[in-house]
Amino acid sequence: MGKYILKKIIYFFITMFIIITATFFMMNCMPGDATQADTKVLPAAVVENLKARWGLDKPVFERYLIYLGNLLQGQFGESYKTPGMTANQVIAERFPASLQLGLQAVAVGLIIGLILGILAALHRGRVIDFVCIFIAIIGVSVPSFVFAALLQRFAGGGFFPIIGWPSKGADIADEFRYTFLPTMSAAIGGIATYSRYMRSSVLDVMGSDYVLLAKAKGCSRRQIIWRHVMRNALMPIISIVAPQIAGVVTGSFVIERIFSIPGLGRYYVDSVNGRDYPMIMATTIFFAMIFIVCMIGMDILYAVVDPRVRHSIIEGKEENV
Amino acid sequence: MEKKMAFAAGSGTAAQVSDDCLTDDLFERVGISEQESEKISRESVSYWKDAMRRFRQNKVAMASLVILLVIILMCIFEPIFGPIKYDTQDYDVTNQGPTLQHIFGCDDLGRDIFARIWVGGRVSLAIGCIGALVSLVVGVIYGGISGFCGGIVDDIMMRILEIIVSIPYMVVVIIFSLFLGKGMGSLLIALCVTSWTGLARIVRGQIIELKQSEYVLAARVLGTPSFKIILKHLIPNTMSIIIINTTFAIPSFIFSEAFLSFLGMGIQPPLTSWGAMAALGQQQMTYYPHELIFPALAISVTMLAFNLLGDGLRDAFDPKLRK
Repeated sequence: MGKYILKKIIYFFITMFIIITATFFMMNCMPGDATQADTKVLPAAVVENLKARWGLDKPVFERYLIYLGNLLQGQFGESYKTPGMTANQVIAERFPASLQLGLQAVAVGLIIGLILGILAALHRGRVIDFVCIFIAIIGVSVPSFVFAALLQRFAGGGFFPIIGWPSKGADIADEFRYTFLPTMSAAIGGIATYSRYMRSSVLDVMGSDYVLLAKAKGCSRRQIIWRHVMRNALMPIISIVAPQIAGVVTGSFVIERIFSIPGLGRYYVDSVNGRDYPMIMATTIFFAMIFIVCMIGMDILYAVVDPRVRHSIIEGKEENV
Repeated sequence: MEKKMAFAAGSGTAAQVSDDCLTDDLFERVGISEQESEKISRESVSYWKDAMRRFRQNKVAMASLVILLVIILMCIFEPIFGPIKYDTQDYDVTNQGPTLQHIFGCDDLGRDIFARIWVGGRVSLAIGCIGALVSLVVGVIYGGISGFCGGIVDDIMMRILEIIVSIPYMVVVIIFSLFLGKGMGSLLIALCVTSWTGLARIVRGQIIELKQSEYVLAARVLGTPSFKIILKHLIPNTMSIIIINTTFAIPSFIFSEAFLSFLGMGIQPPLTSWGAMAALGQQQMTYYPHELIFPALAISVTMLAFNLLGDGLRDAFDPKLRK
């Protein structure tokens, strides 16, 4: 098990190194640099000073090493567009909103999705089953920005503000009022995915031999469902939640834009459109880091929770799982 | 089985039945002819024919197929034969709602939304289909080589794939479209870079499973060369998963394109796509909801049709998976 975790951590560093290197050199190939970030044409002396300030007068490879060194010390760089603003400050300021939105969306999606999926599987062929299938199909067919727009149009304006985000220290009612619509629009995809997976997972387990055995032994329906079905049916969900969590935490670019949420996703899109290279690099690396940490965390959690997976890892056969 | 029963009925049981209606002369000895029993009375149904038959019985999937065909035909022919060009502006009717002349209404620059839907559809569908095709080719080749070679080659290829998978997909797409400039070509490349991994994994798994099967072993024992095994056994047997996966890949490409265009990183004006139209419509939504509703409807209906078609194909090809 320890070997497995160690292997995963080594993967983390290799992947991060590749991402950092690729991003750095791709950004370097891009036309334009700090001296052209503004539309003004600067005098030669100013350009030279600016280049020296950003270290752009050094050869590419040296800059790359400096950048790696800075990253190891936790320094993500400084913005071209708003000099003096470091990426660390931006992340510290912007990320909490994204994180809150992401976690709320995953939580809502998980709760509603799992309940729907379980009910659908237990009442197969009844109304609730069709409702679940319907939601799952709609959820994967309609983009979240359409949901967001529809929610704004039909639910927003009155009690729920159309755009905005609670300021720091807002009371619980305001938190709810401002975050409800964005959370729901970000959660809809999750609800669809989780309910569909949970439904088939529960059906799978219900058809297994150990459930039949439990029935034959005379366990009550409630006992079978809670002791045997739920515990086993929830396992596969872990593996699909991992990329979802990472995706929602980092990837609600669209929702943040529609609801004008001061999150990191929106900042990322803005800096891409504004070609603020140090900030693009910093946020890319930060997103990648969160994503990979989530994936590895879930892999390890999966192994901890499911003895079958743990067993195959110890035997060194995890690729075949 | 039937013959056996008829034989049994004829031989003894009828005599013991006391019922008046059932007399001995109603029964006739059928007998078994050795040659008859070996004869193949019905044309043998191949796997593909069977799958097609099951698919045709699936009404939902057939309806999706028809809807998709209509959408594709409209996208091909409407821009050629339609009365209004997609970029013709008419300032008298900006933001006008649906009327007889402009059945989907007009956008903020007075362009006909009905005409734009089909031009946008060309882009969205083209990205979906080309992207799915590219990721199919790359995924199948990569997964196939990895699974077929096995050993150290497989190990290295899977490690590389694991690294690619763990890079957040949206970020890669954005970085690539930034690097290559905005537009359809770079968008396609960006989407293709990350999308083939899922199929590669599935193909690899399937190939490994097939390699261990008895008939491949038999073929090997008979001295069949590798390329013939690949062509005759491995490819036909992975075909169904590949088709199903590609059907699901197309809508996910359309989705990604819509998201990127929505963020302003995809298709650039004057060309348009459903995502770009939805982005424009979203800004106007409060007062002119039709500008969002029609592009959104176009995306949703297409996605729905592709997803249902994929479900239908999966049920047809792999009845075991039917839940």
